[in-house]
Order: sequence, then structure tokens, then C-alpha cells
Amino acid sequence: MSDIILQANGLVKTYTQRSGKFGFGTTLVKALDNVSITLHAGTTLAVVGESGSGKSTLARCLLQLQPLDSGEVIFAGQDLSKLHASALRDVRKNLQMVFQDPFASLNPRMRVGEIVGEGLLIHGLGSAGEQQKKVIAMLKRVGLTEADMQKYPHEFSGGQRQRIGIARALVLEPKVVVCDEPVSALDVSIQAQILLLLKELQQEMALSYIFISHDLRVVRHIADDIVVMYQGKVVEQGKVADIYEQPQHEYTQNLLAAIPGKKVGAGKKSGECLI
Amino acid sequence: MPADLQIDKLNEATPLLQLSHVSISSKKTPTRLLVNDVSFSIDAGKTTCVVGESGSGKSLTALSIMGLLSKQLQLNTGKVLFNDTNDGVQDLTLLNETSLQKIRGAKIAMIFQEPMTSLNPVLTVGYQIGESLTTHLGLKGERLKTKITSLLEMVGIPPSRANSYPDELSGGQRQRVMIAMSIACEPRLLIADEPTTALDVTVQAQILKLLDDLKTRMNMGMLFITHDFGVVADIADHVVVMFRGEIVESGTKEQVLGNPQHPYTKALLACVPDAEGKNALKPIDYAWLKQEEVA
Repeated sequence: MSDIILQANGLVKTYTQRSGKFGFGTTLVKALDNVSITLHAGTTLAVVGESGSGKSTLARCLLQLQPLDSGEVIFAGQDLSKLHASALRDVRKNLQMVFQDPFASLNPRMRVGEIVGEGLLIHGLGSAGEQQKKVIAMLKRVGLTEADMQKYPHEFSGGQRQRIGIARALVLEPKVVVCDEPVSALDVSIQAQILLLLKELQQEMALSYIFISHDLRVVRHIADDIVVMYQGKVVEQGKVADIYEQPQHEYTQNLLAAIPGKKVGAGKKSGECLI
Repeated sequence: MPADLQIDKLNEATPLLQLSHVSISSKKTPTRLLVNDVSFSIDAGKTTCVVGESGSGKSLTALSIMGLLSKQLQLNTGKVLFNDTNDGVQDLTLLNETSLQKIRGAKIAMIFQEPMTSLNPVLTVGYQIGESLTTHLGLKGERLKTKITSLLEMVGIPPSRANSYPDELSGGQRQRVMIAMSIACEPRLLIADEPTTALDVTVQAQILKLLDDLKTRMNMGMLFITHDFGVVADIADHVVVMFRGEIVESGTKEQVLGNPQHPYTKALLACVPDAEGKNALKPIDYAWLKQEEVA
């Protein structure tokens, strides 16, 4: 077993929600209820669950984009939840995120070159010339061209925008990348391209992924380990093959049964998909 | 009486909706066709799936059926023959706006992709479901309320939610409200434009089952637009594959999924990740296009 690169222990996050007449009352929603995960270096850990299960909250809390109520996130021997803003900024070079909606997560008034290079600028990595070289190399690596640097996000298709989002995250050469549903907004035909790109980059740059998704077809192809979340709790975790072949928890079984195209198997060999 | 019977039989034989040679272009550049010579038909009680990537013209085709194309676009050629049991076969492209209004929502209804943007945020969902009932069937007062209640029950939402606003409902519930709205007047044809794309897999499975049940119970024809072959395998009777505005392949589900003929259909099928993880991921490939150009 490879080394542990990121570990989260007993994460708790509670949101207050307005309720009652005119929202005068409040109810507490437990988005994360004692969640612990372990990410091994160079592997992919998938977090699956339906909307509202807390998987996106987990992503944000791991990167300290939202404060935790309690629990610790250990990366490189430090507890991130106790770090101050400036120390956290240094650590964030190594922890990057690819967001779900490529239409909403890129600033429409910045050129692609600025978007991708912003991280380098903030962390003061290299001279301006070196930064530009890095940005160009990264854009080329994700399948875009040097000329694309001068363009704005609206000039690109959904798949290309997600490539920009990936370039933006990876230009800092992070160790851990949290991908929050990176392909759920894309056509099925584009999904495979982006997934393959993520896989290749993982090999080249020795990345570890936390991959958040509700699509178990996608997870099967990219993940090594799986955590299944339901209503803020981890209900099941283990190796990909084990969970797909012998799901223990009822909720995991339901998720697997809901994969489209599965039921048609009756016509062919039982259990086999038509596609 | 015998004459009437004959007409009924005649109507039974013709499909519920028939698109023949439909072409759509922008008004500025009429020679550049966005949808080129598309023909297919939908039978009552059956589901026809239109599959294609974004930009393949599948949504435009659906919008053209009810005359909902935006003003910048025009229908160049083609007929949309709708077989209405009362009025016989009509070409919807020849109807004026007033006659179309009578058909929209009453005989042909549509479910849109994003329930978030298609529902009015300042009206209760009960009101929005009732709107078409009042317009087309003239229901009012107590009778309207009972009908709304039964519709909400049919799609699996507690009737007390009729007084909720769209933002108080989850994504799946909103899509159920959209479905309740569309089936309110018991249409003959339901057009569903990627109704589950924005939803989770578990909710998607529920919505697909609901649509399939309603289709059978009300003997509706359904035009289902999607880019996901997994969904097609679950719901379709007939499949139409579109690429760059043209139909590249069509047939029964078993034909198209089991024995695809066109290289594009094969490529599109290959890029759906399989749940068993046996086959390697394959990005969509357009190599066949070059070969075709050479030939």
C-alpha cells in the first residue's frame, strides 16, 4: 500500500437552515456527520452519493474553502483546519480543485491566459516569462493551443472549458486535486475524453485525485477506492471492484441498480448491459 | 356511423406524428442547414428516442414540431403531420398561431431540460399546473383543485405541496412538477427534451420509470431527446441517431443498439462508460468522417 497523502478524521459540518413562518425559526442540517477518509498517494478516491448527501461539502471542507465544525484534515503532517490564512495559502499550491460547472467557474471577463496563470502570479512562482511558458505548456498539454490564451471563456465549448479548468488547477503542479463532478455537465461523448485526460495527467504528474461524482459508470473507470455517502454519513467504503461486485449497504445497491441501461440485460445474458 | 368507423381505422394505421423532410436554417443564411431533411414518425403508446451530441439539431427538431423555433430561425421545407383523432391529419407547419395555441399543452406537450429555468419562480406550482387546465379545459374552482391534487399524486408529490414555490422543491420534484404540467390535459404526444440530464442517477431512474408508466397508462406517444445511450436502452422503442443536423441511423432499439450500422452510432455507443469496467474508456472518434469524405 502506498503512502497516505491526505487524511481526514471525524469531519463534522452543520448548516443552519431558516424554517417556519417568514424564516424566523432555524433547523440544523448535518451536511457532514463524522466523516473520515484516507487518500493514498497516486491513487483516485471516488466519493459517490446523490445530491444533498454532503459530497460537495466534503470537497470544500477538505480544501478549507469552508470552515469545519470539528475534525482534522492532515496533509503533509499539518492539520489544515488549524492553519492561518497565510500558511493555508502556501499549502493550497498543493491542493487544487476542478469545479463542476465549466460555464460558471471561469471568470467571463478574464482571458484564458490570465485564468490559467493567476495561480502562478499569486504564489509568485517564477518570472513573468517563465509563468507564460508554463501556462502555454499546460494549455498544450490539455489539448488547447497557444492562441487560445488570448480568448475568453465564452468562445469555448463545454468540453474545452473543462480543459481550461483542469489546466488552471494543474499549472501549479499540485499533489492532490479535488474534482467535483468534473464531467457531469458534459455530453457522454465528451466525458470519455476528459476522463482519459485526467488519467494521463495523473500518471505524468503523480497526482492523487478525490473524484466526486454521482455517476457510477464514470467512477468505475477512474477510481481505485470508493466512499459512498448518504445524508452526510459514509455508509460504505472499499476497493472499486469489491463495491461493484458485492455492495453491502442497501443504498449502494440502489445506486448501482439506478445505472441507466442496466435493466435491459434481461433480453441478453442476465446481468449484462445492452451497451 | 360506418363512415366514421372507417376514418377511425384509417387514423389508427397512420402514425401519431410524422415528420417528413424537415429542414431548418437561420434566416440570415438560408443555405446553411442546421437540420437537414429529417424524417421520422412516432406511434401512439411508443417512445421514439432522438440521440445525438450537443449541436446535432435534436432540440431544434423537437421545437419545430410545435412551432416554437426562435425568430432568427426558419423552417425551410418539410411537413409535420399530426394525427389527431378528432380533426384528422393536420400539417402543423401550416397552422396559424391561434390554432397552434390550442394544440400546445392540450394535444402536444413538452418537458424542458432544466426545471429550474422553465418554472416561474413567483407562482406556486399548483397555479402553474392549473394554468393549462383553465386555458384548454375551462376548469375552475373546486374541480380545478381536485384535478391538480390528482395530478400531483400521479407524479408522486404530496398534494399539500401545491402551494409551494419552485425554489422550495428539490430538482427531482421540480421535474415531476414539469411532468404534471405537461400531462395535465392528457396530451396525445409528449416531447421530453433531455428531462433527466440535470438529475442524479437515482432520481433519473425514478423519472424514467414514471414517464414510461404514464406513457403506457395514457397511451401517449413520446419523443424523448437524450445524449445518453444508457437512457435509450431503458426507455426507447425506436431510436433515431442524429449527427450534424442529419439522421445517420434509425430503427428499433434492438437494431440500433444491438447491431449498429453507421460508424457514428458505433463510436457514440463505444464512448458510454460501461458499469462493469470491462472495456477501456474510448473517446468519441470521427476517423470515419475522413474515410467517408475520401470515398
